[in-house]
Amino acid sequence: MSALSNSNWDRRNVLRAAMGLAAAGGLAACGGNNGRGGGSGSGTNLVQMFHAYGEAGTEQAIKRYAKAYKEANVTTQWITSSDFESKLFSALLTKNAPDLFEFHPQIQMVKSGQVADLTDIIDPVKDDFNPADIKSHTVDGKIYGVRMIDDPQFFFYRKSMLEKAKVEVPTTFDELMEAAAKLTTGKVKGLYMGNDLHSVNDTLIWSAGAQHLTEKNEIAYHTDGVVEGLKKMRTLFTSGDLLLGAPTESWDPSSFNQGLCAIQFCGMWAMPAIQDALGDDWGVFPFPKVTDNGKQSVYNGGWSMFVNAKGKNVDAAKEYVKWLWIDQKEYQEDWATSYGFHIPPRTSLAESATKLKSGNAAEGVKLFNEFGHFDNIGWTQAMRTAFEDVFANCVRKNMDPEKALDRCDAAVNRELKKLFG
Amino acid sequence: MSTTTKLDLASSAPAKASSAKPRRGLRGSPTFAFWLFTGPFLIGLAIFVYAPILWSLWLSFFEARFTVTPDKFVGFDNYKYMLTNDDFVGSLGTFTVFAAFIVPTTWALSLGLALLVNRMRFMRAFFRSVFFLPTAVSYVAAALIWKMSIFSGVRFGLMNTVLGWFGVENIAWLIDPNPPWYWLVIVTARLWLQSGFYMILFIAALQNIPEELYEAAAIDGAKSGWQTFWYITLPQLRATSTAVILLLLIAAYQAFDEFFNLLSKTTWGRPPLVELYYKALGESQDYGAGSAGALILTVLICAVTLLQGKIMGFGRGDESK
Repeated sequence: MSALSNSNWDRRNVLRAAMGLAAAGGLAACGGNNGRGGGSGSGTNLVQMFHAYGEAGTEQAIKRYAKAYKEANVTTQWITSSDFESKLFSALLTKNAPDLFEFHPQIQMVKSGQVADLTDIIDPVKDDFNPADIKSHTVDGKIYGVRMIDDPQFFFYRKSMLEKAKVEVPTTFDELMEAAAKLTTGKVKGLYMGNDLHSVNDTLIWSAGAQHLTEKNEIAYHTDGVVEGLKKMRTLFTSGDLLLGAPTESWDPSSFNQGLCAIQFCGMWAMPAIQDALGDDWGVFPFPKVTDNGKQSVYNGGWSMFVNAKGKNVDAAKEYVKWLWIDQKEYQEDWATSYGFHIPPRTSLAESATKLKSGNAAEGVKLFNEFGHFDNIGWTQAMRTAFEDVFANCVRKNMDPEKALDRCDAAVNRELKKLFG
Repeated sequence: MSTTTKLDLASSAPAKASSAKPRRGLRGSPTFAFWLFTGPFLIGLAIFVYAPILWSLWLSFFEARFTVTPDKFVGFDNYKYMLTNDDFVGSLGTFTVFAAFIVPTTWALSLGLALLVNRMRFMRAFFRSVFFLPTAVSYVAAALIWKMSIFSGVRFGLMNTVLGWFGVENIAWLIDPNPPWYWLVIVTARLWLQSGFYMILFIAALQNIPEELYEAAAIDGAKSGWQTFWYITLPQLRATSTAVILLLLIAAYQAFDEFFNLLSKTTWGRPPLVELYYKALGESQDYGAGSAGALILTVLICAVTLLQGKIMGFGRGDESK
């Protein structure tokens, strides 16, 4: 008979055993590498937060780079895209905030002391970065983030469908609407710009000849051209030529690849997937000019790496950023061109990246250089949301564009007042 | 004889107790068990409910952007901002429409299901489980199924496929607010998710109705069916109905997941919690305004709940039946 079965397991013994197990569990947790500082693992522990990229292999790549870094133990939080912003912002308020995270340059993060000054690590190589990228990360002469990738966004079109419908590549918004009408057939819609249309918010402003804010950080988007553009967008939305209710948003090329539409607004990252699905039967063109005073435009989006200024390991995090996104050119090129296609922000890399030198990728780079507009660091997330509401209200809900823009002005001015006084 | 035995036992008990060792510490306390079992929950309640509410109250009087430890006192500015914000006030209207749809339909459907299942003599447990099962599904998962499979706006969405058989063009159920098809999607999703749970409550209540009432009514000439349902069953379910409506109303106030996932980034169809998330918390990180809105909403829920309880007689006990 075993000793166990022989013993007298009353309630007190059971309670003691349970408490012992709990204590042992707690001690065990202290010894493991839980991704936070203070563990028993060798070196410093850093946590980086990324949104989930759509292209296969990206998560493994980021983790592979992190593993190659010997000065610290870097763990990666890979967050579903739609949850990323809310998770990042709430995490930054807590002690479990990541030491590093990717996001877009936003002045309120600088003003609230959430991101660290990275000028000292970027300055030595500043001239090799795209000047527009440096400008979009600079506040009062200090640089607050390192651009990892530039993502030009434009229209992708099916060459065969346009040829069959005898449609030329549109250069004006009116031509785009005509093309969408001609390309719409029983099973295929002419055009797809995302279900909520927010992916073209910025390009509509630029193509109407306006900007988001002036150099003095005043409203610059509320112009007659933008009003005209919004009216045209409403016409297009109700025309029946726009694909609505697609299963995936415009950042995913599935709708285009599956033949649900003839033209889709998407980003350069989708090129390899489109090439695989459609061969050479596709091309790209910029967002057409909306008014006579406007100009074709391309949104040069992208992602940048920031260091949490309130983190416990700011210096170690800066070292890692320098190592990966400044020194390791091989990884930077791999990140930019081995999964989806992105343009490396380093001029030397952008020029040498072989995958971007031919075909539609080269055309994408050309559009980026010729028509590209970059993020304005003063255009914050709250302002972005306010302008998204303009699209929701007047394009999808038929509110008067002037009234919708007035409401947006009130929200943006509230933000501007808080940020700049 | 038996009385004598009892008396003997009763008289000997104190003597035995007095000879026993006195109990030590809290174990001797009659309230020890109470604190042992409720203590952890009370601590949890204090940490995760009351402390955040108090913190939220404090934040609502501060300029708390990008921080939850602010230092700039702004008085009632956040309350003024939220109460004059068209979107926040409009969200209360959205809630009213939603509650007007969902509360009566869920009540009627769950009661109907309960009556049907309760009358079944064959496979009752099976159908009870079938109707209850959706309760275990997360609102997020259900919203995604509704959005991507059933109410997808393209030709291979289930509803559009069915409509296509009758020559109806594809409908963008969730994208175009004119006409507001999105309500159909939202209400059906929630009906599917929660009717089973309330059905179980009604089944329990139905099984508590004394059979003698129906027998007495039959003797008095009442016809089974609509007449007994109206004059016996429904009045007997009054307490349960009141509780169900109260729970449904609170659940409607707390609606978030399906609205957030079905109607991302719209300016319509935003119930209060979604509006608070977009306008004050989330991406904008305005925790002061968000807290003010949350507290306004809390006061409103309490007021409506008390009013509804008073009108429907919640908590009056047996006489309310």
